[in-house]
Amino acid sequence: MEYFVQQLVNGLTLGSIYGLIAIGYTMVYGIIGMVNFAHGDIFMLGGFAALIVYLILLGMFGGVPIALALFIMIIIAMLMTGLWNWVIEKLAYRPLRGSFRLAPLITAIGMSIALSNFVQVTQGPRNKPVPPLVSSVYDIFGISISLKQIIIVLVTAVLLTIFWYIVNHTPLGRAQRATEQDRKMAALLGIDVDKTISITFVMGAALAAVAGTMYLMYYGVIVFTDGFTPGVKAFTAAVLGGIGSLPGAVLGGLMIGLIESLWSAYFTIDYKDVATFSILAIVLIFKPSGILGRPEVEKV
Amino acid sequence: MANISQTNVVVSNNLMARALREAFYAGLVALGLFVLFVGLKTDQNILNELVLVQRWGLLAIFVAIAMVGRFLTVAYIRPWFEARKAAKAAAPTVEREAGFVARNFSLLALIALVIYPPVMVALFGFQGSLKWVDNFGIQILIYVMLAWGLNIVVGLAGLLDLGYVAFYAVGAYSYALLSSYLGLSFWLLLPIAGVLAAAWGTILGFPVLRLKGDYLAIVTLAFGEIIRLVLINWTEVTKGTFGISGIAKASVFGIWSFDVSAANNFAKVFGLPMSSAYYKIFLFYLALALCMLAAFVTIRLRRMPIGRAWEALREDEIACRSLGINTVTTKLTAFATGAMFGGIAGSFFAVRQGFVSPESFVFLESAIILAIVVLGGMGSLVGIAVAATVMIGGTELLREMDFLKQIFGPEFTPELYRMLIFGLAMIVVMVWKPRGFVGSREPTAFLRERKSVSGSFTKEGHG
Repeated sequence: MEYFVQQLVNGLTLGSIYGLIAIGYTMVYGIIGMVNFAHGDIFMLGGFAALIVYLILLGMFGGVPIALALFIMIIIAMLMTGLWNWVIEKLAYRPLRGSFRLAPLITAIGMSIALSNFVQVTQGPRNKPVPPLVSSVYDIFGISISLKQIIIVLVTAVLLTIFWYIVNHTPLGRAQRATEQDRKMAALLGIDVDKTISITFVMGAALAAVAGTMYLMYYGVIVFTDGFTPGVKAFTAAVLGGIGSLPGAVLGGLMIGLIESLWSAYFTIDYKDVATFSILAIVLIFKPSGILGRPEVEKV
Repeated sequence: MANISQTNVVVSNNLMARALREAFYAGLVALGLFVLFVGLKTDQNILNELVLVQRWGLLAIFVAIAMVGRFLTVAYIRPWFEARKAAKAAAPTVEREAGFVARNFSLLALIALVIYPPVMVALFGFQGSLKWVDNFGIQILIYVMLAWGLNIVVGLAGLLDLGYVAFYAVGAYSYALLSSYLGLSFWLLLPIAGVLAAAWGTILGFPVLRLKGDYLAIVTLAFGEIIRLVLINWTEVTKGTFGISGIAKASVFGIWSFDVSAANNFAKVFGLPMSSAYYKIFLFYLALALCMLAAFVTIRLRRMPIGRAWEALREDEIACRSLGINTVTTKLTAFATGAMFGGIAGSFFAVRQGFVSPESFVFLESAIILAIVVLGGMGSLVGIAVAATVMIGGTELLREMDFLKQIFGPEFTPELYRMLIFGLAMIVVMVWKPRGFVGSREPTAFLRERKSVSGSFTKEGHG
């Protein structure tokens, strides 16, 4: 039983990271209907930004209280990836808006290849290990919970609340939802559609940067190829939860995290990704629009 | 008169001011983008700790490039494009007769491909031609074959498949395993690999029939990953990440062999000096023949009921169903036919490399093949072949840029920038020509005379 709860905790942590990335996919998909394949690499870029900021802090001030260091890392990583995604959207996706559906998908794949190789060229191809930032572990009823895991789950919960509030209760969120429902009508009613879409990209990137920082803290290592696998799994999570739905993305992320850690705990670790993808296929076959997704209405 | 010239001066002054302002902003943005990633480099010191290396000079170059680029775009390039557009709109449109090259492009390209290996041998000798025939010729032809196979699924039937590399892997591993465990010959296994891949296409196609658009895309991607992960982890059969090596070479229909020890070795029979170039040249013609087969089948199928059903499915699935077309079998045959060519290309890949490992079948390959199909103009065979040549040949060329070492110093390795440039090229080509290199389509059904129609009239499908 304790073993099971332990795995639940691990799965929840992993799932939070996937959920944070998945929100970026789902928001962008919701608003312009494109799969932003470069989002996983934005997440990787966020992790690298956090790493470099951490090294700057270490070099300039020696030791900084870890809470403050994490806070600065997250903020700068968010700004950094936000700027990147803003530029990427302007250069690679906006010219193709209104073009056919596969065109932005291809530029996104190209952007993903370019971003990971950009980091390889500028930062080197090797693994980047950092000493453990947070190492305390608590023992609660026989289950060991590390401070890292608590931070990850807490930060995720806080950010989700903030973003949920923004999307549902602010003028910006209203503009986003209106653009999502009908872009032309939203423009006629005076919403700056281009700006709204840009902000959506920036928001998604900021969340991915948080996920990147958390990933760096949790695993203590990052490499330029790290965008792909978490990216695909987060995308899987977004689709599983019903792409376009915010709570769905988080739910999907948590499910993927739980499936992964429980499968590794009770079966072989080798086939954990096979299990994840198989469950995705099975869920979609029986519920083709995801768990919380609205079924598409076909108009003739 | 004076008045007009004055306004011109004011306009150009305004333009310059705007260009300078935009250049400044571009510089700021570039500074923000690159300050952490270019200005600083994470490096390991002797104690294996990460330290930062400062590279402010390089950062300054990046920012300067962004500023100059932006300035030139706003001040000169954009006005020039606008002027040209206006001039084009003003000029009367003249129907130009297509030139000789444009009319006979496919035939000329085919002739060029047939004489390509002898020309390379004549230019560089047998050893020197190896690189050009193998790295450029055969590799590009493999991608053409794969892209033409995927074109049936994506371009004709409009089903977005992100896991096409799975069938490539099935083909490669069918040949590798069956030839090393059972010792069967290439000519027997080539069709078997095609059939096995087609069977997998049907098996994987069946559960995803209900899915559409991006849901279909993610499930096919998942299948591609599952097959790769199984290949990695099923070590008893596939030897995992080590891969299978020492795969038997193909022979010329069993008459001449390319094994050095065999009695009927090609070079021995003809009394030629020993060289590996004969085998490569043979493989080149084999690849060309397989490509032609794929093209022939695609062209013929488009004129048959099944091909028309695919295109109808792409245009409108509901209309298709109400006209009595069985969408289930239509989709499955598209998957199976596409997969078959993937499998054939895969077994050819295995025989060419003599080695297969799961490393060759990552998602990036699927993405590259899909990119070639879309960049070429979905559904257009010639466009896809051109895209494969430009994208694959272009990145291969970067391996050959040794003279750049003399400019940037000996540490400069152009190979490192290969995929970076590949990714950027994908974006640039797509933004420049969203409908692909070949923007027109040849309809197979027409009234009185065949006319090319713009690619923007064809739909991309919802499946």
